[in-house]
Amino acid sequence: MHLARVTGTVVASTITPGLEGTRLLILQPLDRKLKPKGSAVVAADAVAMAGPDELVYYVASREAAVAMPETFVPVDHAVIGIADAVHEVES
Amino acid sequence: MKIGRITGTVVSTIHLPIITGRRMLLVDLMDLDGKETGDYVIAIDTVDAGAGETVLILDEGTGARQVLGEPEAPIRAVVVGIVDEVAVGA
Repeated sequence: MHLARVTGTVVASTITPGLEGTRLLILQPLDRKLKPKGSAVVAADAVAMAGPDELVYYVASREAAVAMPETFVPVDHAVIGIADAVHEVES
Repeated sequence: MKIGRITGTVVSTIHLPIITGRRMLLVDLMDLDGKETGDYVIAIDTVDAGAGETVLILDEGTGARQVLGEPEAPIRAVVVGIVDEVAVGA
């Protein structure tokens, strides 16, 4: 799992079977300090609750397909939760 | 498997049911010299690891699902050990 910021949404009215009704989000992956890192990706929203500007965590590849209510739909990134906070811990 | 140090926790109210009751640890990955590589992963804790500890991360989906006992879990990274010592070239 990695952290990302929701920066947008995608609407696709014609979509492959199994993905009808799935919310699609644009995610900007973040590094450890919540700074943008790498290219944005389009992810399915497995919790169906994430919105713009929210801090979320996501999974990729096979785990993304498993995360969806109907499993093994063709997705490669999926949001599986909204992060309320990331707490730094001291050793 | 990978070695990392626990540097944070992720708090989440809205999540998939599989996350409920599990701790999510933010782990900075380390090289063999103990230096941070700049990469990190959010891993599910299975060994009650604590802040600042050096831990062993399993970053593979099928193994993670087996460790969690959840054949359908969309989880890839789990903390599976607490490292006491790393000896290179010993």
